Formats: sequence, C-alpha cells, structure tokens
Amino acid sequence: MGMKSKEKMIVEGKRLDGRTPDEIREIEMKVGVIPNANGSARVSFGRTTAVAAVYGPRILHPRRLQEPDTAIIRCRYNMAPFSVDERIRPGSSRREKEISKVTRLALEPALFLEKYPETVIDIYIEIIQADGSTRVTGINAASLALADAGAPMRDLVVGLAGGKLDDTIIIDLCGKEDNYSVADIPIAFLPRKNEITLLQMDGQLNPDEVKTIVKNVLNAGKKVYEKQKEALKKKYHK
Amino acid sequence: MRHDYVLKLLESGERLDGRKLDEFRDIKIEVDTIERAEGSARVKIGKTDIIVGIKMDLGEPFPDVPNQGMLRTGAEFSPIASPEFNPGPPGEDATELARVVDRGIRESECIDLEKLCLKPGEQVWTMFVDIHMMNHDGNLIDVSALAAVAALMRTKMPELEDGKINREKLKEKLPIKHIPITVTVGKISDKFLIDPTKEEEQVLDSKLMVAVMEDGKICAMQKSGDQGLSEEETSRMIDLAIKKSKEIRKLL
Repeated sequence: MGMKSKEKMIVEGKRLDGRTPDEIREIEMKVGVIPNANGSARVSFGRTTAVAAVYGPRILHPRRLQEPDTAIIRCRYNMAPFSVDERIRPGSSRREKEISKVTRLALEPALFLEKYPETVIDIYIEIIQADGSTRVTGINAASLALADAGAPMRDLVVGLAGGKLDDTIIIDLCGKEDNYSVADIPIAFLPRKNEITLLQMDGQLNPDEVKTIVKNVLNAGKKVYEKQKEALKKKYHK
Repeated sequence: MRHDYVLKLLESGERLDGRKLDEFRDIKIEVDTIERAEGSARVKIGKTDIIVGIKMDLGEPFPDVPNQGMLRTGAEFSPIASPEFNPGPPGEDATELARVVDRGIRESECIDLEKLCLKPGEQVWTMFVDIHMMNHDGNLIDVSALAAVAALMRTKMPELEDGKINREKLKEKLPIKHIPITVTVGKISDKFLIDPTKEEEQVLDSKLMVAVMEDGKICAMQKSGDQGLSEEETSRMIDLAIKKSKEIRKLL
C-alpha cells in the first residue's frame, strides 16, 4: 500500500489477472502433505502457497511453561527465503513475529484447548511462494492441518482478504494488487457463527467501505469453507 | 478473586474506578520532555505512562521507494514498567505494539516522506520513533500512538552542514500532513469499553484497535484478544472508536 499506480489496475471490470472484483483466484487444497506431522496441509490461492504442519498435542517442556487446565498454542509463520523476488533473509522479522501472533489468535477460538492440559500444540506455517494474501492462506492451511491432526474443533477457520483497488471493492488480493491497493483487510472467521477472529487493516477507507468489505469477505469466504471441507473429505473418504 | 470481581462489575456496566464504559481516564500530554531528542512527548493516561522520543538520522532509502524518507518504529517493554516485563529483545506483544503504531502513522500519510528525500536512491532522512514504557496500567497502544503523534508534531529537523548532521541547530518542523488517532475498543460479553486498565485487559474477550484520521476515515485496524467478533459488533466498535477519536484529537 502507499504506492500509487500510474495506470488503472481495473480495466472494464477486469483485474490484472482477468478476474472480476469478487472473484477468488484458483484454490488448491491438499490435506496430509507432511508424513512426520500429526496433521498437515498445503493451500494455494493462485501463486500464493502455504504449507502448515501441526505437531501435538504433546507434553510441554520445560514443565514450568505448562498450563494445568489447558493446552497452549505456539504458532510460527515463516516466509521461505525464495518465496518472493528479493530473497528474504532467514530468521523471523518483526512482520513475521506479528503475523505469528495474530494467526495464533485467529485459530485459538476454534479449538477446545481445555481437553489437553499441560500440553502444547505447535503450528508451523511456511509460505513457500508469496503472491499476496499470505497470512490468510497460511490460516487456511493451519485450519486444515489442525483438523487433520484430529484436534477437536468448534469449526474450521477460513481466511480471506478484501480490499479496495482504484474505486472498486475487491476480494483476494494478489501481490501486485496488494502493493497498489487503497486498502487491504485480511480477515479470518469461523463460518458457522460468522465469528471474526482476525481483522487487520491498512490503507484509507470510510467506515462504510470497511463494513462493506467485511460483509463481502464473510460471504465469499463460504466458498473457501466448502473447499476446506472437500479437501478433508478427499483424504478421509476414499 | 479480584479477577472475578472486575469481570462481574464490567458485565453489569460498571468499572472499579467509577468510570463510564466509554470514558477515558485523565489524559496528560507533555511535549519536549527530552531535550536531546529531535522531538518527544510523554503521555499519561491514568497510571499508564509512556515516553516517545524521535531521533532523525541519515540513511539509504528502500530500493522500492527511492525518493521517500524512512520511518522506523520500535517499542521496548522496559522492565521498570511492570513486574511482568523482563529484559531482553522485544517479544511478540512489543513487536505488535510497534507495528500497530507504525501502521497508523504510515497509512494515514502522517508525514510527507517525499519531502525527507535528500538525494533520490542515495540519501534520505530516517525517523526513529522509539516507544519507551515507564509504567504499564493498560491500553498501551492508544497511549503509545498518542505520544508518537504528539512527538512527531513537535519534531524539528537538525541542520545539515556539509552533509553532516548538526544536532545543536534544529530548524524547521517535520512536514506533517495528517494526524491519526488510535482508539482501542474492548469487548466483554455484550459490553464495549474504552481505555481498559491492566486489570480490565485481563478479563476482556477481545479488542479492536482503530486508527482514525481527521475526516473520520479509518487508516489501520487490528483485532486482538482470544475471542471472535460478529460483523455487527465489529461495526459498532468502529463507530465508537471514531466517536472517541474526536475527543482525543482536541487535546493535541
């Protein structure tokens, strides 16, 4: 954001990649991609690809970190050095640290953590290729990995970004759109109750525009929810 | 026990310190508190006390924005401010705080960064916004964000003599374009509240931080806390934040 585009990004109702404003990129989801993990998944939205693995619940060491009445979640969002044009130096940046935190908060409300006292559930998210909307793609992958690990869940967690580009409200921003957008709002939610668990925004919008984008994302996210359910069924119903 | 008491009170719409749910504690803004900084402010809201100092330095611009000055915001949860803070590099919460404050400043286009370019692609001014906790009694984000803009508004650029900075001579003010005000709205069961104390923060279900511009536009948001929000709650929290931001703005 912040960068101003000289050309129009939306021409005759079509975006750079030919999508309509409310169209999501092609979604691919596969559950069970890392044999060593208790649960795992790979999710792609267009060229953005996230892989998530869940280890646990497992006993947390050292013991002083254990919680007597609940499991704790540790979450790490990480971008692979080769995931973008300019190589990213390994090691977690401030951006990654913040995203790790908001991702954990986005997932926690879906879990019955009190079932596994004194344990830890580790969620590792690797962005292996980035083309916008990486944090929400990571959340979709983590949601599937948690379900695959057999964690008791209230609901799956759907992630999807909305925003404004030129004068148009759009869904699922790709990298270039993200760079030139007026605003970007990544959202995660539990679809059954439409409970929003991640909400961030940057850019400049009127309150009414913000509310419209939230509404649109909650609606369009239903498609992502269906894709998640399909991906889980594919693994378990042969 | 006290935890339960605070919770019960809030659920019935009351607060330990007698405030209304949508009422801020006393706000005190002192500016130019640190003489050796190029700009500074100390903001106290209730017992929360934060100093922000601005230092200006020369640097090389980011390759993607060669003609813009740079803004770097950092926060340290100094162990003097709370028994829960430990020495060491910034953790998750300090990092989030710094990034949310940074986002408010950046996205509102608070500073005209293009005016801070000396030689495109080679040399630009860098502003370091350092947030230093003195005492933590809740609502660190609103206090930090307010102290940051109060400090930026007072910041004067040092003189350049033969390409070197002379901090003894400060000249014109930073080119300020917009002033964002960040207001955090907390939620507990069906109640919304403003300016939670540390005790209240421990019982909140969730929080939404909203950065608001002069014209009521929103320029940054961040949800926090361990429970979800409905669409309608989100919308009411945004409206409350906009309303309260107008009160805070008058203090600057």
